[in-house]
Formats: sequence, structure tokens, C-alpha cells
Amino acid sequence: MADEVLDVKGMNCPLPILKAKKKLNTMDANATLQILATDPGAIADFEAFCRTTGNTLLESSEDGGVYAFVIQHTA
Amino acid sequence: MSSEQNAKSMSIIVTKGALDQAYPPFILATTAAAMGLDVTMFFTFYGLSLLKKDLNLKVSTLGNPAMEMPMMGGHMAMPNVLAAIPGAGALTTVMMKNLIKKNGVASIEELREMTVEAEVKIIACQMTLDLFDYKPEDLIDGPILGGAATYIEVATKSDINLFI
Repeated sequence: MADEVLDVKGMNCPLPILKAKKKLNTMDANATLQILATDPGAIADFEAFCRTTGNTLLESSEDGGVYAFVIQHTA
Repeated sequence: MSSEQNAKSMSIIVTKGALDQAYPPFILATTAAAMGLDVTMFFTFYGLSLLKKDLNLKVSTLGNPAMEMPMMGGHMAMPNVLAAIPGAGALTTVMMKNLIKKNGVASIEELREMTVEAEVKIIACQMTLDLFDYKPEDLIDGPILGGAATYIEVATKSDINLFI
């Protein structure tokens, strides 16, 4: 289980990334954030976000049109 | 929000002020800032109107021959000539705002607020203020007033420079 959950279902680019970044800013180092999204573009975007910022993408999955990402706050 | 470990930087010259044309600069600026870049936006000519306190943005079909709107399962072309019909601009603006809402896309007001929150550096073009008779108090708080040289100095130090 992630430490925190962020629901950005229904939101489109760039809101999932912006909301996730805002949330990560409030979290302790190494804490984990689960993000729930419906934007298919978020798959590539969260990968790029994590590669660029140095945060760790622990998980990326899809279930019934809902994408779930788990990011560890490492940057 | 800027540069925690990523010291890269980006600048954007914003020259257009229609509702649809306002999206790319604000989306790229907020996202780059979220990804740790130092971002500067230089608002000049019609782009400067995006800094006005009260935004009243519109979409025009004029000069935008590729525009088509989703309608009843298909797409309706929005030819240039439509712009000559009274009310067509208002209609396309309403259609665009409905699409924005329906698709969970942020409003420009929301993106602009996030731009300011992310500490994106904003330069308002002094010459454009003079040219179109705007006053600094017509604009949101925060912009630096400057000209081409102010922007060029930033651009020489930026990894990415965009003209939109």
C-alpha cells in the first residue's frame, strides 16, 4: 500500500503531472504516492516525469480503464 | 518548485492570445517547472493579453483552416469564411469551452495560476504595453517589465528556447 493516494481520474494533460508534483512536494523523502488516472497519455508522461526528476516509478498498471502509478519520492 | 536536482532551463516566447493558442505555452511552462526546470515566459504582442487580470479569451476560425470540431460522432470543418458570419466567433468559443470542460482539460485561468505558483519567471514586454496602451496595473502581479534584451539574456542561458 502506498503512503498517499491521489485521484486525478477525469483530468487531462498536464493536470495529472502537475497535481502529482504538488502532492510529492508535501511528502517525506522515500514516501510513496499512488496516482489513479484515466488519461492514457499519463503512462508515457509519468515515465518521462520520473526519468527527468529522479523520482522512482515503482508501478504502472491498468485495470478497467483506470491507470495506477506508484511513485516513490526520491528527488 | 524549480530546480531541485535538474538544473536545466527553458524559455518560451508567447506571441498569441486566442483561447486555443494560449494552451501550449502554459501547459509546457507548468509541466517543465514540475519537472524541475527553471522556466521563463516572455509575453509579447497578442500574447501579452494572457497576463491581463480579467481574461476573456476567444477562439477564431480565421487563419486556422485545420480547425474542426467533433460533432455527432464525426467532425465538422470550421472554414475561414465562417469567421465572417456574425456570432460565429462566439459560437466556436462556446464549443471550445464545452470541449475543454468535457475532456477534463484545465482552464487557462487555472494553468496561469499554476504557472505563477511554480515560480515561473514572467517577463511582460514593455513595448507591447506602450503599443497597445496597457498599464502595468491591468496585468496580474508578478511580471517583470522588460524588452528584447531582457529576454535574450535569459535565452542565452537556457537549454530550451521556444517561440509559440
